[in-house]
Amino acid sequence: MDYILSLVVFFPIVAGSFAFLVDAKSVRVFGIAVAIIEFFLSIVLWLGFDYGIDGMQMVEHFSLISQFGMSYYLAVDGISLFLVILSTFMTMVALFALSIEKDIKNLIIAVLFLETTMVGVFLSLDIILFYLFWEASLVPMLYIIGAWGSERRIYAAIKFFLYTFAGSVLMLVGILYMGHLYYETTGIWSFAITDWYQMVLPFNLQLWLFGAFFLAFAIKVPMFPFHTWLPYAHGQAPTIGSVLLAAVMLKMGTYGFVRFSLPLFPDASIYFMIPIAIIATVMVIYAAMVAYAQEDMKQVIAYSSISHMGVIILGTFAMNTEGISGSIFMMISHGIVSGALFMLVGVIYERRHTKMMREFGGLASVMPSFATIYAIMLMGSVGLPLTIGFIGEFLSLMGFYRIDWIITMIAGTGIILGAVYMLSLYKRSFFGPLVNDENKKLKDLNFKEYSALIPLVFLVILLGIYPKPVLDPISSSVKNMIRIMDKKVINKESKEILYKANSIGGGR
Amino acid sequence: MLEPISISLQALNLPSLLPVGILIVGAIFIIVLDLVTKSGSKSFYTMLSILFILLDLGVVIGYYGEARGMFDLVLVDGIAKISQIIVLVTSAFFLLLAMSQRRFQEFSMAEFYALFLFMIAGFQFMTISDNLILIFVGLETASLSLYTMIAMHNRKKAFEAAIKYFTMGALAAGFYTMGSLLFYALTGSIEIHEIANRVILNDNLSVVALIAATIFMIGALGFKISIVPFHTWTPDIYEGSSAALAGYMSIVPKIAGFVVAMRLFEALLNLNVLWIENMFYILVIATMTVGNITALVQEDVKRMLAYSSIAHAGFVLSAILIGTSEANSGLFLYWILFMFTNLGAFTVLWMTRHKKNLWDERYQHPFVKFKGLAKINPFMATMMAFFMFSLAGVPPLSVFWGKLYLISAAVNAGFIYLAIFMALNSAIAVYYYMKLVIFMFLMEPASEEKAIFTTNATPVLKVVLAVAVAFTIFASLFIDKILAFIIYHVTMSGF
Repeated sequence: MDYILSLVVFFPIVAGSFAFLVDAKSVRVFGIAVAIIEFFLSIVLWLGFDYGIDGMQMVEHFSLISQFGMSYYLAVDGISLFLVILSTFMTMVALFALSIEKDIKNLIIAVLFLETTMVGVFLSLDIILFYLFWEASLVPMLYIIGAWGSERRIYAAIKFFLYTFAGSVLMLVGILYMGHLYYETTGIWSFAITDWYQMVLPFNLQLWLFGAFFLAFAIKVPMFPFHTWLPYAHGQAPTIGSVLLAAVMLKMGTYGFVRFSLPLFPDASIYFMIPIAIIATVMVIYAAMVAYAQEDMKQVIAYSSISHMGVIILGTFAMNTEGISGSIFMMISHGIVSGALFMLVGVIYERRHTKMMREFGGLASVMPSFATIYAIMLMGSVGLPLTIGFIGEFLSLMGFYRIDWIITMIAGTGIILGAVYMLSLYKRSFFGPLVNDENKKLKDLNFKEYSALIPLVFLVILLGIYPKPVLDPISSSVKNMIRIMDKKVINKESKEILYKANSIGGGR
Repeated sequence: MLEPISISLQALNLPSLLPVGILIVGAIFIIVLDLVTKSGSKSFYTMLSILFILLDLGVVIGYYGEARGMFDLVLVDGIAKISQIIVLVTSAFFLLLAMSQRRFQEFSMAEFYALFLFMIAGFQFMTISDNLILIFVGLETASLSLYTMIAMHNRKKAFEAAIKYFTMGALAAGFYTMGSLLFYALTGSIEIHEIANRVILNDNLSVVALIAATIFMIGALGFKISIVPFHTWTPDIYEGSSAALAGYMSIVPKIAGFVVAMRLFEALLNLNVLWIENMFYILVIATMTVGNITALVQEDVKRMLAYSSIAHAGFVLSAILIGTSEANSGLFLYWILFMFTNLGAFTVLWMTRHKKNLWDERYQHPFVKFKGLAKINPFMATMMAFFMFSLAGVPPLSVFWGKLYLISAAVNAGFIYLAIFMALNSAIAVYYYMKLVIFMFLMEPASEEKAIFTTNATPVLKVVLAVAVAFTIFASLFIDKILAFIIYHVTMSGF
């Protein structure tokens, strides 16, 4: 068990390199096999996870570039554990549903490389190592969107790459500045995040550094107004690309906020709490409205992703256990639900080669199972109680309610708007008369699609009813993180806000 | 009557000149050999030259004697040692590129190899001295050999390039002499450390003359390192010369130039005169930005790489502006990492060299040439993609570490805005490197003919490519060692 984390991180890339030698005919099965093994490795990681420890565990730490203080430092806690499992699970499921034939070998290799970088981002505690995986994850995604997407794929791929790359170079300067500060204070070079947690920064510096990190994370999330790359990327990406992008890659941004921004710059985070909450609220409502106006089914889901990411941001910046745990839970639930929805759109796109809702109507009568699963996922996305979507959304909003009930109320309307656009999508596509002749002979789901979708349905309901096994380790790690923040806060006002956020009844 | 001067042979410290001596003897040996026998072939001369270079390298690495020699003309300090190693290793690799499939006139002539060795000797002279005259001699030896070698490529474009380079080089030489002259007039010395000392001691120095001298020197060295605004020759000359030589020019003359610039300008920057610092700030940012922005609109890969090398030079020049020993170590680290990546990129271009300009009337390597290369020759395309992403600074490939280290040096020395500029420039640069990757991987090939991409490939070239790609990918594993070596030598020589 000692090197389980390295194993989880590097197994896909090694296996992916082997895939070069596998025959193109059987490479899809090879990919699935690797993804299953990788998923089981992450389950082993979960089994070995000690619920009693709320800090980092299964630490692997040794020096890589000693002159520079860069080390190979992996560890897991409750916050990252389920994001890792989400990554391996969604990759596996996305490979189940994969139906692309063209250049399948390259695609499988790209997906496996991507999996390594995704898992690596969540497990790295050395920030240079984190940055390494963070940037490297762009390359396979660029390839996936650019090579297997629809007509304007190259434009979409370039936009995706440039946006996210440009955002993160400033973070690099921020990282290096932090390293410099750490060296100034302690005389040792270190980029380990746990070392940095010990460092208290003056308020002015916090503001600047928060800004440098914020841009990178905000573009990745993507926060309004940096969201314009996302609808393009989703619109043009192949199904597997959209699934992984929505399910995992967007979570890197929100994870970054939780792991880096909040504990490293607590005062700045509290200082920017309300402005960010307002941006998040704008995201929730604006993206929901845009989603309603879309004709393309995939764009609806893409914009709904932005809307939901707004709620996640709101929960993160609530600065209390409920809010942050809720937002992390919602990262997972949104990963599962949006991944499933993109897969479902892929199913219908493959049959009809269109995603336009006006082409559909009455699909429920020809594809009943498809319609049922779609409905369940839709409910999960809207946040119906007893589905997975409800818990995260509820906790995030509840968390922020303690900070400011007006913003929470306004953001809460996002749930209603979500129901509006999702139900209207469902009505236009699945109900009503079956007018289009081409839709009359559509086949229902096949085995491949069932095998991908059934586990997702299962999770949506199971975790919706009983979220405790996931929520417990998350909240104990979050509590630990809030303790770190509390210790580090220097301004009196921010201390009060943090106290108010974390006490029942708003501290009154 | 002059008194006879008696100096012991020991005081001359002849071993300090041994490395350069080996190459000069080697070059003369090759010329003589060519007179005596006619049976010398391309592979023979290549291997012989590489042997001389390796011999030289061994002597350079093994030199632990006095730093000073030959009446203080020679200064073999840490940075001289590192830069000589870079020069020699790069030369050995690029010389291997002569072993290409297709016949080129220059490689069948023994003079080419003699000139090549003379050129290396010239660059070595530049690095092992802080005497402005000896540096000048080295600079001109190297440059004149280089002009001739470009012209030996025997194409219309090559002549144009050689003459252009020669004219520009002559102008730069003029600048250099003017600059040295003014420094001499001001301080009465032509040794860099002396100049700096005397500038400090002398209060009533003519500031105008000092500014003029500095500007002349920046102009002269700026031509060699291709700093904006002295960069305009670069793309044309890269385009005109063979890819092998162009890649060589993007690395070796520049490292020699950097060492001289480091010795001279850091001494001047240490004076804490505001205008020198401001001037450098502007130069660094202009070089990075202009190089990058012009590279965005290029249609030819070789020209794009030329502009990219300008941008990289600007990036590295920031080390001289920062001036801390961390930054100076960063300069060498960056250049070593950049060297292997650029070696790979130019080797790919060299391998795909075709007799005719099949894809474009004007350019040999337009972007469209590489359309869909991933389908035609996936290995070559993947390697080129690695080189491009490395140049763009995508982790964990080699150049990223150089960028990381230099930006960190900037941050540590308090140059935050410079660091931000450097970071933003890396973001701009991504676009044009990515463009090539997109052409290779995301577009459909124009023809499925595999052979036209490997007309010039030989096993030797493939080995060079393999070394370059291995170093590019696994750089993170060696950096610790390389950095320790560099830091030791840089701090030892007081930079």
